[in-house]
Amino acid sequence: MKPTILTVRENVPLTGDVYRMVLAGDTGEIKRPGQFLNLLIPGFTLRRPISVCDWREGEVTLLYKVVGEGTKAMTTIAPGAGIDTLMGLGNGFDTAKSGERPLLVGGGVGTPPLYGLCRVLREEGKKPVVLLGFRTGGDVLLAQDFAALGAEVHIATEDGSAGVRGFVTQVMPELRYTYLYACGPLPMLRAVDGAAETGGQLSFEERMGCGFGACMGCSVMTKNGSKRICADGPVLERGEILWQTQK
Amino acid sequence: MADTKVTLSGWELDNPVIPASGTFGYGKEFAQCYDINCLGTFSFKGTTREPRFGNPTPRIAECPAGIINSVGLQNPGVDHVLAVELPEMAEYFHKKVIANVGGFSVEDYAETCRKLDACDQVGMLEVNVSCPNVDHGGMTFGVSPEAAAQVTRAVKAVTGKPVYIKLSPNVTDIVPIAKACEEAGADGLSLINTLLGMRIDLRTRKPVIANRMGGYSGEGIFPVALRMVWQVYEAVGIPIIGMGGVRSARDVIEMMLAGASAVQVGTVNLIDPWACEKIIGELPQVMEEYGIVSLREIIGGAHHG
Repeated sequence: MKPTILTVRENVPLTGDVYRMVLAGDTGEIKRPGQFLNLLIPGFTLRRPISVCDWREGEVTLLYKVVGEGTKAMTTIAPGAGIDTLMGLGNGFDTAKSGERPLLVGGGVGTPPLYGLCRVLREEGKKPVVLLGFRTGGDVLLAQDFAALGAEVHIATEDGSAGVRGFVTQVMPELRYTYLYACGPLPMLRAVDGAAETGGQLSFEERMGCGFGACMGCSVMTKNGSKRICADGPVLERGEILWQTQK
Repeated sequence: MADTKVTLSGWELDNPVIPASGTFGYGKEFAQCYDINCLGTFSFKGTTREPRFGNPTPRIAECPAGIINSVGLQNPGVDHVLAVELPEMAEYFHKKVIANVGGFSVEDYAETCRKLDACDQVGMLEVNVSCPNVDHGGMTFGVSPEAAAQVTRAVKAVTGKPVYIKLSPNVTDIVPIAKACEEAGADGLSLINTLLGMRIDLRTRKPVIANRMGGYSGEGIFPVALRMVWQVYEAVGIPIIGMGGVRSARDVIEMMLAGASAVQVGTVNLIDPWACEKIIGELPQVMEEYGIVSLREIIGGAHHG
């Protein structure tokens, strides 16, 4: 890690309570899709961990949902402002295991980190299938962006207002895939894990203290012992997850 | 030239800045940020006789001037610390360290300290009788003068290294406990541990922390910590390591004027991993600003005259 100040280039609402923030600066510490940044928001003690949606040299894009006072304050940060940021945190997704046709399953605001993953997989010449679940059609994120990368995109909404009515797990049996990547709320991850027929990696969320492995605030027990979601995760292999220890 | 050296029970430190246990792991994450050999030393993650996973999550809650944690002494156990963590640490930290020890019985404390006593890297033992996040032990030893003295005697009997007892602020009067530790042979005292606190989520109407309560730390507790260091300094003759909400070189000097011989820095490490490096860097300048030639000379300075 090194101290980094990123400059806000754009901070706009996308859908309801989800915002897109584009930050400019040194992104050299971001190595893999699925990693996160930890942003110091003026007026708050702890940093806010936000997953990287996509990045390139000099620019990183975040999609974040307003879930509390900190993310609410984030929406008021104007372009031009500097944000004290810890970069390239977490292990991220390993694309080496994906096979030819990996399935990327995103639920709600768990979708953004799969975009960067999809881009990297496409650059590696793979043919990702993307399956996204939302409550309603108005919540749908990034569907056209995934399609623009050349991915096959499927949508499921709980009320049927976009794509298939129901959960992503109803669509999964119809899809052929070589590997699974998933990010979303815990009940979705658990259901997806139960429906999956290949190896895979799931990205988890936990309330963090430091975000870089020092405080042990976000530990989970796995088959391979205790892991810190911030530093040993947020991505865990399907085979090591102990669901009974998850809330 | 500003003299930042201080001494704890015969152990000379280059400066009084010591990352506090539980906020610095074994130093590995911070060694990737800066050369942590600039530190006076550091107090590594609290170690118990057996491995512990700790408490359920959420373990962290934010507060306006600090955080609440309920980690619950997660650590791999003393045998693993000696076999793996300390040899690894020797590769990136070349000074002696403080071993922070937790326990659930007098025998636990003594056995863990006996094992750590054999390790040359360990410069002193900091015995935590004040963890608010574990049942049956932890803080219960630190809220009674008799129990704190009993732990002190048991640990002193198994080690030749300096023994500092880390005290709880969650007591009506910290002074009798501090005196009991001194009379039982403690070489020094570390204070304060976190203040028992809690937060409730308005949306769920439930405590934010899974274990309901946790230890409050950070800048909000600095005045409380300073007051307790002051009170204990008046009552005992052994050195005090002061801690609680310290974030700057000015805070370090204020804590030393209250009576601390060295100062631990905790919560701020979790927000700014370079915090201790910055504090050490700014110390000589702040000393000059206040006409301080040697830090040793200001210990307890606010009590005189």
